[in-house]
Amino acid sequence: MGKKILTEHISDPNLHKLEVYQQHGGYASLEKALKKMTPDEIVEEVKKSGLRGRGGAGFPTGMKWGFIDKKSDNPHYLVCNADEGEPGTFKDRYLMQCNPHALIEGMILASYALNANKAYIYIRGELYYVLRILEKAIAEAYAKGFLGENILGSGFSLDLYVHPGAGAYICGEETALIESLEGKRGNPRLKPPFPAVSGLYNCPTVVNNVETLATIPWIVNHGSEEYAKIGIGRSTGTKLISASGHINHPGIYEIELGVTVDEFLNSDQYCGGVREGHSLKAVIAGGSSVPVLPADLILKTKAGEDRLMTYESLSDGGFESGTMLGSGGFIVMDETTCIVRNTMNFARFYRHESCGQCSPCREGTSWMEKILARFEYGGAQAEDIELLVDISKNIEGNTICPLGDAAAWPVASAIRHFRDEFEEHIRRNGCYFE
Amino acid sequence: MIKLTIDNIEVEVEEGTTILNAARKIGGKVVPPAMCYYSKLDCSGGKCRVCLVKVAQSSAKDPRPMPKLVASCSTMAQDGMVVQNITSPEVLEARKAIVEFLLLNHPLDCPVCDQAGECDLQDLAYSFGSENTRSREERSVHKQEDIGPYIQLNKNRCILCYRCINTANQLTDQRVHGMLFRGDHAEISTYIEKSVENDFSGNIIDVCPVGALTDKTSRFKSRVWFTKPYDAHRECPKCNGKVVLWMKGNEVLRVTAPKDKNGEVEHFICNECRFEKKEVSDWKIDGPRTIERTSVISLNHYTNIDKLNKEEK
Amino acid sequence: MEQKNTTISFSPDSLELVNKIIKRYPEGKERSALLPILHIAQAEFGGWLSPEVMDYVADLLHLLPIEVYEVATFYSMFNLEPVGECVIEVCQTGPCMLNGAGEIIKHLEKKFNIKVGETTPDGKFTLRAVECLAACGTAPVMKVGTEYHENLTTEKVDELVNHWCKCGKMSHLNPYQE
Ligand SMILES: Cc1cc2nc3c(=O)[nH]c(=O)nc-3n(C[C@H](O)[C@H](O)[C@H](O)COP(=O)(O)O)c2cc1C
Ligand code: SF4
Ligand code: SF4
Ligand code: FES
Ligand code: FES
Repeated sequence: MGKKILTEHISDPNLHKLEVYQQHGGYASLEKALKKMTPDEIVEEVKKSGLRGRGGAGFPTGMKWGFIDKKSDNPHYLVCNADEGEPGTFKDRYLMQCNPHALIEGMILASYALNANKAYIYIRGELYYVLRILEKAIAEAYAKGFLGENILGSGFSLDLYVHPGAGAYICGEETALIESLEGKRGNPRLKPPFPAVSGLYNCPTVVNNVETLATIPWIVNHGSEEYAKIGIGRSTGTKLISASGHINHPGIYEIELGVTVDEFLNSDQYCGGVREGHSLKAVIAGGSSVPVLPADLILKTKAGEDRLMTYESLSDGGFESGTMLGSGGFIVMDETTCIVRNTMNFARFYRHESCGQCSPCREGTSWMEKILARFEYGGAQAEDIELLVDISKNIEGNTICPLGDAAAWPVASAIRHFRDEFEEHIRRNGCYFE
Repeated sequence: MIKLTIDNIEVEVEEGTTILNAARKIGGKVVPPAMCYYSKLDCSGGKCRVCLVKVAQSSAKDPRPMPKLVASCSTMAQDGMVVQNITSPEVLEARKAIVEFLLLNHPLDCPVCDQAGECDLQDLAYSFGSENTRSREERSVHKQEDIGPYIQLNKNRCILCYRCINTANQLTDQRVHGMLFRGDHAEISTYIEKSVENDFSGNIIDVCPVGALTDKTSRFKSRVWFTKPYDAHRECPKCNGKVVLWMKGNEVLRVTAPKDKNGEVEHFICNECRFEKKEVSDWKIDGPRTIERTSVISLNHYTNIDKLNKEEK
Repeated sequence: MEQKNTTISFSPDSLELVNKIIKRYPEGKERSALLPILHIAQAEFGGWLSPEVMDYVADLLHLLPIEVYEVATFYSMFNLEPVGECVIEVCQTGPCMLNGAGEIIKHLEKKFNIKVGETTPDGKFTLRAVECLAACGTAPVMKVGTEYHENLTTEKVDELVNHWCKCGKMSHLNPYQE
C-alpha cells in the first residue's frame, strides 16, 4: 500500500466533524505555521516539496505563490477552485464531502503564506449538498478560533466563504472563475495580466485546486523533504485518481505518483482490471481534455518502457504517442466502446461548455460536433476525416483560453489512433457498434 | 520609446502600445485586420482572433519566440520585438482559418444587406478567405428581435465582437442590450424585446463591423456604392455635430459619424443628428469625404458641393 | 430605471440570508452575490427565473436588468422557463454514457412519455440530460433538486420516481437549507 496523505483517515465516517478531524491530527499545522514560521518560509517549503497543481495544468504551486505581487497595495485573495467539471474527474467532490477540514486547514495556511485575509471556495453549483457540508465545517472552524480575527493569537486574520457557481465548466478556468466570482458571465480573461498580479477585483490572487490546497497541511507538518521523497522525479507526492468506465472497481484512489499504469489498472488495490469478459481498448488518462491512447500505448511508451502514473511518463512521446496526467480522470474503455461515439459525446460537451467569446472555439466546437454526428448517424464522407483534423488544428493554440485546445485534442487523438474506426463508419454509413 | 519591427519594418512607439497600434503607425499592408478591437472603446479586443500575429522574438532582453500566435490588439509591443504578420505563412494560414470560422454560420446574405460594400467581414473574406466553403452543415438561425424604430438588429450576421456592448457601456449607464446565452448559442439581444433608445444609442451601428446593426431610417434605400459621402456639420447641443452625409442626388439617405483610416469613428454622434436630420437644409456641407478604406465607395464621383450648399439655402 | 415590481419580494428569512451573503464580499463588490442570490430566487419564486424576478434581483444589487439577464442566460442551472415540480437531470457525458446513461434516459422518456427537455403534462416532472456531474465513478448518475442519485438502474429510478410522485417540490428547495 502506498502512502496516504489526503485519504489516510477517510474511512472514518465522521471525519467531516472538526473534533474527529482533530483526533486524527488535524489542524496541528496551524500552531507550527502561524507561530513559528514566516509566510515566506511556508512558500519556500511548498516550493521545495515539488507540489504541482492538481487542477490539471500541473504548475508548481510554490512557484505560483511566489508570483504574487507583493508590491501591490491592494488586498490579496486566495480562491479555491472547486468547480470540478472535467468529465472523468470526481475527486474534489469526494475530498470536500469526506474531509472538508483538510481543505479549510490548507486554505488557512495558504492564505497566511500569501498574506490574504479573505478567501473563497468556488464550488460548482450542482454540489449544493457539499456546499452545506463546507459551510458547517467552516462554522466549526470559526467557533474554534481557526478562522476569523487573530487566529490562535497570531495576529493573522482570515475570513473564508463558500461561493456556488451555477453550471458552467468554463468557470473552472481560473480567470473565468474569477469573473464568475465577481458576479459576471464566465468569460475567461485575456492573459497577461495573470491573477497573481491582477485577479479577483483586480487584486493579486492565487487560484488553487481543492486537492492542491488540502495537501498543504501535510507538507507543513512533515516538511517538504518528506513530501518530496514520495513519487518520482518532478512528480512528487501523492495524487488522487478518479477511475471510471469499464473497470471492476471504479472509484477514487490516492496513489504515490510513479506506480505503473499497468498496476493501477489491473491490481485489485486499484481499478481491479477491465470488467469481466472484456478487453482493454483505450484509456483517457487525465480527464476528457487529454488525448486518448489505445491499449498498447497507455501501458507502454512508444519506446517500450512501462508507462508510469507521473506527469512526465504519461506525456512521454508528446501528442504523437503520449497523453497527460491532467486532473487525474482515468477513463477506461473496453472493446465494446465506439471511439467515434465517445469522441462525439465529448465534442458535444465542449460545444455546450464553450463560453462563445472567441471565434475558433465557438464555431469550431460546434462544427466538429456536427461532423462527428455524421460519422455516427450516417452521411460522413472520406474528406471529413481530414476536415476534422484540420479544424482541430485551427482551433488549437488560437483561442483565448485552453478550452479550445481541450476540445481539439480529443478529436485529433481519436483520429490519430483510431483512424480505421472512422473510415469504417464512413463505409457503413454510420455506427456499427451496438 | 521602444523600437520593434513588424514584417521587417522598424517602428518606434511609446511603451504600452499594442502590436496592432504599432502596426497602424506604419500603416498599409502590415496592419493586421481587427474585427473586435476598437481603439475608442475600453476593454475591446481579444475575441475575434483575426489579428493574430507571430512574435519571432519577444524582446531585446528575451529573444525567444512566443510559443503561440498572439492577438496583436491585446499584446504589448516590447523593445526589440520582432513581429511577423503577412510575412508569416503561419499567420496567413491561421487567419484564413479564422475567416472560415467567422463565415461558418454567417448567412452570406450580402445581396440584401445594407452593410454590403462597407462591411469589414466582406473585406476580410476577400483579403484572407478561401473561395469555397468546406462546411456542409446548416447555418444556425436566430430568432429575430425588434429593438425599436431606429436600429435594425440581425442576429444571424453578428460575429459577437462585443463592440456594441462596449459602446453602450461607455456612452450610457442605461444599457438595455447585451450578450445572452453562451457558446454557439450566444447572441446579442435585449432579452425582453426592448427598444434600444438613448441619446447616443445609434453609435452601435457605426461600430458594428458587419450588417448586424444597421440604420432602420435608411433601410434598403440604396446600396452604399450608389451614395456619395460628404463631410457636414450643424450646431448640435448634444454632440459636436460633425457627421458624414450619405447622399443620392439631393437626398440625405443616411447620416453616420466620420470614420478614420482604420475604419473607426472619429467621434461619437447623437441620435438626433443621425436619425432626425435628413434634410439637406439641416446641414452645412463641408466637402466630399474621401473614403480610403473601401474601394467601392471611393469610386464615386462628386457633384459640385457649392451647388449643393446653394441649393439647400 | 424600470418601475419597481412590488409583487415580487423575498420572504423575510430569505432576505436575511441574502443580506448575509452580500456581506461576504468586500464593500462595493455586492455584485459578487449575484449567483447565490439567483439560486435562492429561483428556488423561492417557482423554480425558474422570470424577467420580473430577474428585475427584482437587479434592483436588490443595483444592477441593470440586462446585466442580470446576461448572467442568468450564461449558466445552465438557471431555468428561464417554468419547469416541473421535480427536475430530473441525468448525466449524459462520456463516462456515464459508457455505463448506461443512455438506457436510463430512454427509460425515463418512455416512463413519462416525454422527450428530454420536456415537462410532463401534469407539471410534475421535467427531464433533462446534463453534462458531467463529477460523480463518474458511480455512473450512471442523476441530480434531482439538491440531491445526487448514483449507481442508477432502471429499478432504482422507478423507486425514486414513485417516491417523488408522493413528495413535494424538489426543484424548489433553497440550496442553503437542508
Ligand atoms: C476549461 C478549463 C477548465 C478547468 N477546470 C478546472 C476545475 O474544474 N478545477 C480545477 O481545479 N482546475 C480547473 N482548471 C485549471 C485552472 O485553470 C487552474 O489551472 C487551476 O485551478 C489552478 O490550480 P492548481 O495550480 O492548484 O492546479 C481548468 C482549466 C480550464 C482551461
Ligand atoms: S477558448 Fe472557448 S471557452 Fe475559452 S475563451 Fe474562447 S470561446 Fe471561451
Ligand atoms: S451586433 Fe455588431 S457590434 Fe454587436 S456584437 Fe454583433 S457584430 Fe459586434
Ligand atoms: S481584433 Fe484582436 S482579437 Fe479581434
Ligand atoms: S460523466 Fe456523468 S458524472 Fe461524470
